[in-house]
Parts: sequence; C-alpha cells; structure tokens
Amino acid sequence: MERLRKYGFVAGFLVVPITLYSVFVISPYIQAFQLSLTSWNGYSSIVRYVGLDNFGRLFDDEVFWQALRNHGIMLLVLPIVTIVIALFLSFLLNLGGGPRGAGMRGVWGSKFYRVVFFFPQVLAVAVVGVLFQAVYRPDADGVLNGVLAVFGAAPVGWLTEPSLALWSIIAVMVWQGVGFYVVLFSAGMAAIPKDYFEAAALDGAGRVRLFFSITLPLLRDTVQVGWIYLGIAAFDGFALVQVLAGDKGEPDGATTILPVTIYKTAFAYNKVGYASAMGVALFFLTVTFAVLTLRTTRRERVEL
Amino acid sequence: MARNRPPRPSVLAGLSHIALAVWALLIILPLLWTFLASFKSNTEIFGDPLQLPGALRLDSWGRAWDKAHVGRYMLNTVIVVFFGTAGTMLFGSMAAYVLARYQFIGNKLIYYYFVAGLAFPVFLALGPLFFVVKQLGLLDSHVGLILVYIAYSLPFTVFFLAAFFRTLPETVAEAAMIDGASHTRTFFQIMVPMARPGLISITIFNVLGQWNQYLLPLVLLAGDPNKWVLTQGIAKISTLAGYEADWPGLFAALSMTILPVMVVYIIFQRQIQSGLSSGALK
Repeated sequence: MERLRKYGFVAGFLVVPITLYSVFVISPYIQAFQLSLTSWNGYSSIVRYVGLDNFGRLFDDEVFWQALRNHGIMLLVLPIVTIVIALFLSFLLNLGGGPRGAGMRGVWGSKFYRVVFFFPQVLAVAVVGVLFQAVYRPDADGVLNGVLAVFGAAPVGWLTEPSLALWSIIAVMVWQGVGFYVVLFSAGMAAIPKDYFEAAALDGAGRVRLFFSITLPLLRDTVQVGWIYLGIAAFDGFALVQVLAGDKGEPDGATTILPVTIYKTAFAYNKVGYASAMGVALFFLTVTFAVLTLRTTRRERVEL
Repeated sequence: MARNRPPRPSVLAGLSHIALAVWALLIILPLLWTFLASFKSNTEIFGDPLQLPGALRLDSWGRAWDKAHVGRYMLNTVIVVFFGTAGTMLFGSMAAYVLARYQFIGNKLIYYYFVAGLAFPVFLALGPLFFVVKQLGLLDSHVGLILVYIAYSLPFTVFFLAAFFRTLPETVAEAAMIDGASHTRTFFQIMVPMARPGLISITIFNVLGQWNQYLLPLVLLAGDPNKWVLTQGIAKISTLAGYEADWPGLFAALSMTILPVMVVYIIFQRQIQSGLSSGALK
C-alpha cells in the first residue's frame, strides 16, 4: 500500500513536466535531426528524404562558410577581450586598494561600480540592440559619431562598413557581458584566503605580482567556466545581429552568423530541411567547442 | 606595522579609479542619452547628440504607450512571464524533488533526459518547434508561448534544484512522514519552505531569461501583433521609427522598457547577481 502510494506520488509529480518537456523540447530536437535529411519546405504533405545531400550543399554554401568565419573571429575575440577586461576590473574592485590589515581591500566605491557594471546584463538583448542602433548611426547624428565629431573626426559607418560591422557587434557583446564576469570573478577572488595575500604582501609583493602569482592561478576554474560560457555565446548573438544588422542587410555578409541564417532559411525561404541541417551543424560545433575547451584546459587543480 | 599605517594615496589607486570610472561611463552614457532623447524633439535628436533637451516634452511617452502599443506589449510580457515562471517553478521543483529524493526504476534515466536539454542550442529545434506548436493549435497564443517557456526552462531548473534538494537534511522530511503527512503535503509544507534560497535564485534566473526572450516570441507569436511581447514590439518600433519619423517616441518606448528593469534590479541587485553567478557555476 505504502509502496503503491509512493509510486503514485512519483508518477503524479513527473507526468506534467515530462510531457511538456517531451512535446516542446525533445520531440523538436529529434525531428530536427530527422528533417535535416529531407528537403521539406514546411507546408507540403510529402516529406522527401534526400540523405546527406543537405550537408553536402552546406559544404558548397558560401553563406555557411562566411558564417563560420565570423563565428571563428567571435570565438577568438569575444572571450579574450571580455575576460581580460573583467579580470582587470574585478582585480581593481577587490584588491586594487592594496593590502590593509588582515587582507586586501578594493578601491573606494567598489559597490557602486559593481552595481553599474552588471546592469547591462539584465537588459534584454533586443533592447540593447535598438539602443546601439542609435549609438552606431552611420551619419553625424549617431551618438558615437557625435562624440567623435567633438574631436573633429568624420562620421564612421560602424554597422555599414563591412570591415567594421562585426567588430561593432562584438563590442556590444563585450559591453553587455563584462559586468557578469566581474561579479563571477569577484566571487572567486573573495574565496581566496586572505592570509595568502597578507603573507605575500609582507614579503614585499606588489599589487601586480599579487595578481599574477596568487589571484590568477587560484581563479583558474572560474575563468574556465567563463571561457566556456563566452564560447557558447560566440555561437549565438541572434537578437543582437537580427536587430542591429538584420534589416539593413548584413554588409557583404560581414555579420552573417548561423542562428540568423537558420532563422531566415526556415521562415523566410521555407527551406526547413536545409535549415535543420544547419542546426545540426551548429549543435556539433558547440559541443565540439565545449569538449575541446574542457580537455585542453584540464590541469592539476590548485588545492586550497 | 603595516596595519597601523593609514592608507596612502598612490598613483596606482588613482589610475584604478580612472579605469573604473571610464567603464561606468561607457555603461551609463548610452542609457542616459536614450532617456534624455525621449524628451527631445526630432530636430534636437538630429542636432548635436551631446546637447540637452530644450524642454521637458512628455508627449512622446504618451505616444509610445498608446500609439506604439508599449502598454499592451508590457501587459502581454507580464502575463507570459508571470505564468511562465510560476509554471516553471512549480513543475521544475516537483520533478527535481522527486528525482533528487526518491529511489525508483528509471530515476537516473529521467534525470539525464532532462539535463540533456542543456546541451542543445535552441536554433536546432526552431523549425520543428514551430510546427509542433502549430499542430496543437497554439500558434499566436500566450498559452502556447507560456508552455514553451516552461518546457525550455525545465532542463536548467531541474538540474539546479535537484542538486539543491539533495543537500537538504533527511530527518525533517522523515519526521513529517512519521507524523502522518502525505508525500505531497511533505513537499509543499516542509521541503519547499526549506529550499527557499535555492528557489529564489532560480526564480530570478527564470524571470530574467523569460522577460528578455526574443527568439521564441518572434517565431511563435509572429502572426498577431496584439499578442506581442515587449522585446519583439520594441524591435518593431525601431524599424517603424524611421518611416514615421517619430524618434522621440522610439526613445520613450526604450526608456519605458529599461526603467522598470532598472528599478527591479536596484532593489534586488544582490540576489540577482548571486542568483545569476551561482546559476552559471553549477
């Protein structure tokens, strides 16, 4: 009786979550793998299997390679720039005041800075995109160009210049992301025992030395987590690119990225089969990145 | 000794302040500019971008709220996020609790089934998801979007809360059972209150995620502009602003979406920061 009641309870608690999750998450994923082998257009009742044709086409698709090149640049630049800036700022916030008493202190006002830095993180990416449309306006009325004009510089086409567009978008991602990693790294720094710093400071180590010899090695795991998150973010960027560059038509494919291409291929060109093949490619790229990062950065942990 | 010496002003500390202040300004200035631009006239917006508004014009706020439907979008978003988060927390905590604390056949399998959802990019499911929702007759409906939000929030919620429920002590729940409480009662009256810190973190995580969602509404609510949520509405207003030459209206709409988030953030910033970063580190 009690056993039966227990199983009834377990089943009762699981039935709704499992159903919702299976219908809306797992079944679309499975269908995506299946559809990637078809030439389905989204409305015909006949689904024709074409084997691996879609993947073959992907290899000859200039847009796909352009997207991959852009993801490659983002994969290199986004994590490095974001992590370096975030490490620098969180070091100043937490330890920049130098050693005092039994520990290190941050600079004056560090609480205020932390609140401000994190704020873009809670803004919707779509809203950030619209905001930066005004900042990046190509004519003299843009916010950034207006500031440049004070120094006598000519207006710059931040999003219309093919050689600049991707960098402008990466800059927004950095702008939005840094605050989150400042908080993440600050938490990591707070976990480092204070007497490590005290001992090193008594031995005459300066702030720079404290950072590279104590903080950074002990922050390794946190930085690795940040790296993986930023790497995955480098394969996304949908809302930002869609809002910032979407309607203006990505200059010469300079900001073409896979998610936007998948969205367009499926819903504007009605090539659901082909879009699914791109989705499958994106899935394997993301997983490969995560696995490679975990493997190459694995090392002996520093025990506290 | 070092600890008795008053902190001495140093060049390095001064440089630190400059670096921190520069980054703070980079964040504050675009937001402040947006807010000020909502009071400007079109000619002022297209004049010197650094100039202040000549008068405090509030009409653009009215236009954005009514004519550009920001009020409607805001209400839609509140409805969808409220039910989406409530459903996510209810079903997510139920599944996580059972998976964390009950032994039964298939327990591990179901847990990994949920967690597997974390590994897939949502773009992979985009096309088929549209057709699943369409077949259920839930396209362009808030119910459809809410169910999809719940489903996509479950992997992380279950993953996070299962870990949390495992850390709670056995004895309290056992005592409640011996006193004759049912399994369901034990969960809602004993375990949920005990798990409050974990539940709050993950609630904040889900509210923010669903409030800021752009892709799923874009795909699932495309057909009915009356049902749109804030993020897709704002993106639409920004394309319209150029044609209708109502730039102050656009910046009023932007300010209206940014301000409530800012207020909520300032009130809950401690919980939000720790909620999001502990979420990321799990």
